[in-house]
Amino acid sequence: MTQEYRDLSEAKELSILLAGFGGQGILFAGKLVAYAGLLDGREVSWLPSYGPEMRGGTANCSVCLSDSPIGSPLVTDPDVLVAFNRPSYDSFIDKVKPGGLVLVDKSMIDVCPLRADIRFEGIEATRLAEDNELSGLGNVVAVGKLLQLTGFSTVPQVEIAIEKSVSAKHIDLLEFNKQALALGFAHQSEADCAR
Amino acid sequence: MSEKILMKGNEALAEAAIRAGCRHFFGYPITPQSELAAYMAKRLPKMGGTYLQAESEVAAINMVYGASAAGVRVMTSSSSPGVSLKGEGISYMIGADLPGLIVNINRGGPGLGSIQPSQADYWMATRATGHGDGHVFVLAPSTVQEMADLARMAFDLGDRYRMPAMILADGLLGQMMEPVEMPDPINPADLPPKPWATTGTKGEREHNIVNSLSLVSQVLEDMVLERNERYQRIKEVEQIAQLEHTEDAELVVVAYGAASRIARSAVNAAREEGLKVGMIRPITLWPFPTKAIEDVCATAQAFLSVELSTGQMVDDVKLAVSGRRPVSFFGHSGGIVPTPAEVLVAIKKALAGEVFHILPFHSKLEAGD
Repeated sequence: MTQEYRDLSEAKELSILLAGFGGQGILFAGKLVAYAGLLDGREVSWLPSYGPEMRGGTANCSVCLSDSPIGSPLVTDPDVLVAFNRPSYDSFIDKVKPGGLVLVDKSMIDVCPLRADIRFEGIEATRLAEDNELSGLGNVVAVGKLLQLTGFSTVPQVEIAIEKSVSAKHIDLLEFNKQALALGFAHQSEADCAR
Repeated sequence: MSEKILMKGNEALAEAAIRAGCRHFFGYPITPQSELAAYMAKRLPKMGGTYLQAESEVAAINMVYGASAAGVRVMTSSSSPGVSLKGEGISYMIGADLPGLIVNINRGGPGLGSIQPSQADYWMATRATGHGDGHVFVLAPSTVQEMADLARMAFDLGDRYRMPAMILADGLLGQMMEPVEMPDPINPADLPPKPWATTGTKGEREHNIVNSLSLVSQVLEDMVLERNERYQRIKEVEQIAQLEHTEDAELVVVAYGAASRIARSAVNAAREEGLKVGMIRPITLWPFPTKAIEDVCATAQAFLSVELSTGQMVDDVKLAVSGRRPVSFFGHSGGIVPTPAEVLVAIKKALAGEVFHILPFHSKLEAGD
């Protein structure tokens, strides 16, 4: 069923938009993706939204991974959208490139896509994290699922990215982050939005 | 050189300034440059330096004046309205021949404007950072790596020519993270001596005076003319620009900083369609890289300036082109970042021989209200 969509693991350029509420760890999730790209020796950029749109409680960040120097770091039409809440999903679903991928946190968004030209995947990232005593790490669970779906890097590289990105203050959370990554990476997709 | 790390532009600039031997920072908070000051607040006191949040931007720039007169590498950072306030102090630094780094993380203006990326301070930076006959170096990074590299260059140029240097960036470059390789640190004690600085005579020399007041007209004119000769020398030898695909380009896009990132995406897309488009990216905005523009006039049929303003650098492009070729403009203002697709449309118009000055107008008026 997925053959009609682009194989993103081979993409020379991958633009990813991660979006959700402030506090869901959107910017951190984006940083893990960017850091893994850096470790892979690729060109990367990470750009947060910092303007007035943040004051409404939404946060998003643009991440670009590329084999050549990155032009605009501002992702307006992403290859991949990772949506952690409904307002973000509604804002950006129409912007995703044809053949692209949308990954939603199904604990936050109960929706089936109207677009047939994009691959749609869901994971109850927030709930899975809570059920596995990893409360608050739904963002990293989603990164694990994103890694499984796109192969933007490898598990060992993202684990190093976690080590580089978790601050000294939160060093006790290092292993939990890795567990959350593994949880998302091992997640089996369910075809609940029938096509 | 060290391993590549992922850093925000504001933080990379701050770390690079410290590695360039800067131990003194005076500033006043404003978005979107806050990470820069915060980084300095965390680091400088631990290294025996000074981080001071002044009572205002005016106070901060005068503290920079004082520290610079005492011979140390010193900086301040702010964003557009704050830099306006510093204007008087910057002019005094020019008049007293004092180096020092001023960072402007440009936001939408005029007035309080917005906090989104903008290049609307180009005129202020290159024409009138303050009153009087004077200039500052203006350097325009386009990547996080350049935020770091140009910080060091700004200190070196400022010290060599005894004049202030400005880094003109914007919120996009300040807030984004990219891989950066930090230059090796310089020990401030190893920097070249400044025999003009007010470091105390120790009874061994005449005392130095650092001052911008000169009430005798002939004396003042001599000083202004000496400075002007320095400016002419700088224009001869310090212009820097990056050229991409210009060899066979019929149309040359001119863009700096964040706008050059968008323009590069558009130029690459045009090239994929077989269109002969190149780009000149000014890295020094003052001195403006006129030579690069003059050189490509031999082959280019037209120029297109792309800016996050209503059209400011385009003036300098026109001066350099000097009527030899048509110069068009495309830009957004107010903090809106153009998309590569919009720029590509402008590129195709210019290639078709149109000469224009376009500012997309998104208000209800356009929708027919």
